[in-house]
Amino acid sequence: MAQDKEESVVQAQDRAVDAAETRHVVLLVATRKGAWIYHGDAARDSWRVDGPHFLGHIISHLVLDPRDGRTLLAAAKTGHLGPTIFRSTDLGRNWREAARPPAFAQSAASDGLPGRSVDHTFWLTPGHADETDVWYAGTSPQGLFRSTDGGITWAPFSCLNDDPQYRQWMGSAQDGTPDGAKLHSIIVDPRDGRHLYLAMSSGGVHESVDGGETFKPLLEQLAVVEGFDRANPTFHDPHCVRLCPSNPDRLYQQNHCGIYRLDRPSEQWLDIGKNMPPAVGAVGFPMVVDPRDADRAWVFPMDGTSVWPRTSPAGMPAVYATRDGGNSWQRLDAGLPSSQAWWTVKRQAMTADRLQPLGLYFGTSSGELWMSRDEGQHWQCIARHLPEIYALEVAAAATVSELLEVDGAASTASAATAASAAIAAAKAP
Amino acid sequence: MKVLIPSALRSYTERSDVAASGATLAAVLADLDRRYPGIRFRMIDEQQQMRPHVRFFFDGEPLHELSQPLRSDGELIIVQALSGG
Repeated sequence: MAQDKEESVVQAQDRAVDAAETRHVVLLVATRKGAWIYHGDAARDSWRVDGPHFLGHIISHLVLDPRDGRTLLAAAKTGHLGPTIFRSTDLGRNWREAARPPAFAQSAASDGLPGRSVDHTFWLTPGHADETDVWYAGTSPQGLFRSTDGGITWAPFSCLNDDPQYRQWMGSAQDGTPDGAKLHSIIVDPRDGRHLYLAMSSGGVHESVDGGETFKPLLEQLAVVEGFDRANPTFHDPHCVRLCPSNPDRLYQQNHCGIYRLDRPSEQWLDIGKNMPPAVGAVGFPMVVDPRDADRAWVFPMDGTSVWPRTSPAGMPAVYATRDGGNSWQRLDAGLPSSQAWWTVKRQAMTADRLQPLGLYFGTSSGELWMSRDEGQHWQCIARHLPEIYALEVAAAATVSELLEVDGAASTASAATAASAAIAAAKAP
Repeated sequence: MKVLIPSALRSYTERSDVAASGATLAAVLADLDRRYPGIRFRMIDEQQQMRPHVRFFFDGEPLHELSQPLRSDGELIIVQALSGG
């Protein structure tokens, strides 16, 4: 990439950090039964909880638009109803439903292939900083969608969703994850909004350099389950792919078969999971990168032996960190339970903020929210008893004075708050 | 006709029964969507299939096809069927 473009990326990051310092940190928690927003103080010592939002709805992802610090998108469905997207322009005080949520083309437009229906939107990614109001969505089953109006209406990428080759690579429902095959890890190159990466479970990692008009697999040197053809994208299961903001030519991937790093323009993934302790292994779901140092990344290993328990190995949860691009890994478990903690952390449920020292966060499928203010050296639990945590994002949010500029209707949190007050009143002597 | 709305969809209608018109289930759902935008897609997917946990009954009889004709003086009940856990 050209030097001037690299400089503009750095400048944009500096602006983002400056903005973060004047705003406040919010943790966006998406769960199987609703969404919660935790507002942190400047020191990240105390957290004020706002929620539940959409109590009982299945929220797969809740994402704040970094371009304005106030627009939230929530990927939602319920046990009975079809999928949709909710949008708030005031940090969750008021929500409105998308006018046209992600939906596949009808079968007639699919070149004879059976038509598909979106079960749920799984992943949301804001577009490039220069493309205000552009968002991307990844769905289950695998589908890619784009909005150019801030998430109000969504259009399918039929070149991928309905392409016979890609449809073959997506496999059947039996090739997908237990709660449905999905398209995830949609990444926009901060230097070029037309340069995209995405991943499919199953279906592999793919790249577009033309804004999504065409995609091609990016699979060299990635392992697949023994006995299968690694040249066939169907057999690849990337769990989570992240791009390093400080060096957008570097990607990390937590995969079904290990942990990998890719330094572009190379197309050959480097196996860095082999440097993990053998007793712990290199299986897991989330992948977190340092926003300022591309040599630093974190994973949350899980048991991938025998029947794939997908729990912390030996019931001893730990984060593993690398400071050298994956050549070595260090165990970080101070403050975490030392035994009998059989945690699962899903692929979207671990993240980092942009503060200094860097804060790390993860949520468990047993509903616990943990954080570290010192880059993983020490951990503390900041919430328990939440529903199964699906996704966690941390972001710099707009200030109260900024939000007061926006008016709207009643908050979805108000019904739960009213119910809580009524129960408390009934319990009073 | 009178349409009974399940609790999961009352965020759209803000009431448990509403009026809608149409000669078929498809037409009634289209009319409902005009009155309450977005409600149809929560029940019917993009391949025009009823979603797995949404059922329709007309005067007590189950409906399985969107093309099923309906009388204007009947009662359509939309039900959120079992979905556990």
